[in-house]
Amino acid sequence: MTEPWDELAASPALLRTLPAATSIVPRNSIAGRSLTAVVAIMTFLASITTGAALMVVSAASDWQAEVGREVTIQVRPIPGRNLDADVASVVEITRAAGGIADVRAFTKAESARLVEPWLGAGLALDDLPIPRLIVVKLSPGARPDFAALRQALAARVPTASLDDHRHWIDRMRTMAGTAVVAGIAVFVLVLAVTVLSVTFATRGAMAANRPIVEVLHYVGATDGFIAGQFQRHFLILGFKGGAIGGGAAILLFGMTEAANAWLSDTPGGDQVAGLFGNLSIGVTGYLAILLQIVFMALVTAFASRHIVNRTLAAID
Amino acid sequence: MIRFENVGLRYGPGPEVLRDLNFGIDGHSFQFLTGPSGAGKTSLLRLMLLSLRPTRGLISMFESDTAFLSKDGRANLRRRIGIVFQDFRLLDHMTTYENVALPLRVLGKDEADYRAEVVELLQWVGLGERMSALPPVLSGGEKQRAAIARAVIARPQLLLADEPTGNVDPNLGQRLLRLFVELNKNGTAVVIATHDIALMDEYDARRLVLHDGRLHVYD
Repeated sequence: MTEPWDELAASPALLRTLPAATSIVPRNSIAGRSLTAVVAIMTFLASITTGAALMVVSAASDWQAEVGREVTIQVRPIPGRNLDADVASVVEITRAAGGIADVRAFTKAESARLVEPWLGAGLALDDLPIPRLIVVKLSPGARPDFAALRQALAARVPTASLDDHRHWIDRMRTMAGTAVVAGIAVFVLVLAVTVLSVTFATRGAMAANRPIVEVLHYVGATDGFIAGQFQRHFLILGFKGGAIGGGAAILLFGMTEAANAWLSDTPGGDQVAGLFGNLSIGVTGYLAILLQIVFMALVTAFASRHIVNRTLAAID
Repeated sequence: MIRFENVGLRYGPGPEVLRDLNFGIDGHSFQFLTGPSGAGKTSLLRLMLLSLRPTRGLISMFESDTAFLSKDGRANLRRRIGIVFQDFRLLDHMTTYENVALPLRVLGKDEADYRAEVVELLQWVGLGERMSALPPVLSGGEKQRAAIARAVIARPQLLLADEPTGNVDPNLGQRLLRLFVELNKNGTAVVIATHDIALMDEYDARRLVLHDGRLHVYD
């Protein structure tokens, strides 16, 4: 006797369509695609904000370190004192102090060049009381005793004054701190907006799926089963959206970094590097973007689970 | 199988839509649930399906007091009940075959284990040629039969049907009734909610009549 399923087995075209391959939650709904787009856009914006904040932090710390690695000593010419001898004494005293990597006194010609943009060339600089600069480079990580150095200089060369750029560094620190706080604040705001918009988009996508939740409930599915189905589906949607948005941001930062490296030896590139650092978000930045992708997927999945549970509570 | 004792139901702060319900549904029994539109037939079916909680009274099902059941416990009891909705509630993105197999999929069964069973049932309800069709292209009668097949595929002990002949012509209505009678003969208790007098006259069965929120039983 021929059973109905024998007939079915003999019909390959029918069998192909039979396996229960269709996901319980529809994969390609309009609401699902919109949600993916929202997650992609918001992840991109959040990643750009993260990268920008990290760049500001890194550039601020670079500026600070650059300025903090140098101090300058100025020796004023006054009648009755030999300026060259005073400069030599200062160099000697400074070299003897600890934590100093290099001491370089500007020559008379170099000093003249420094004032050339204001006074013009060809002046008899001997007649002008132009102070002599001594640039002191500090050893990396060293904290020289500037009070002792000042005291030693005052004792032997009273016309020398040491500028450790403290005032400038303090202002720089305040400015860098403000930039960092502003960066973090913008990042937190963007993140909050991202979470909210992803949650609302998930809620919109879930509204279209309410009949599915109800049918599953009525045919005896446990709440855990229903929530699991939706959570898995929305985790994939969120991950897809996050990967598109985060991937685009990674690509953008990668291209910026490559362009920066390519322009590094040009005057324009050097100016950009001086202002913004090396325009790289570093490994930390790329890791932060990857984390954001995972975070967006989790937010989408948890939002869907929460909404399913609320729908089920309303049905029951 | 099901016992209602002094059951009352109200939605929110409104008046009771069902009151003082005292009746039972025995295993292997067949009954019509009838009454005018808005009498509360669907609400009573939802109480029997455990998708509503009574405002007062006691409902015991399969020897369990439903008031003390956990969510999973309620879901487990629901698996012993099949439901046919007035509006079918088939999932449009799934084929007829997948819709009918859904209760078994929810139970975690392997597709290879239930495929033959689902195919056989679809042939039995006359949908053998429509297995891979999506619900939007099915006729009203085909949808109704698919919904019935989905309700009985997991061999429920109780079948609830809400206006199962409401969307079909009288001829198909009679065929569907014969289907329910066949299921009942195979051991499934059947409750058919309908206000189709002609359908009820087709088969001599117990009648539960809802009127003004109260239930009158005619054995």
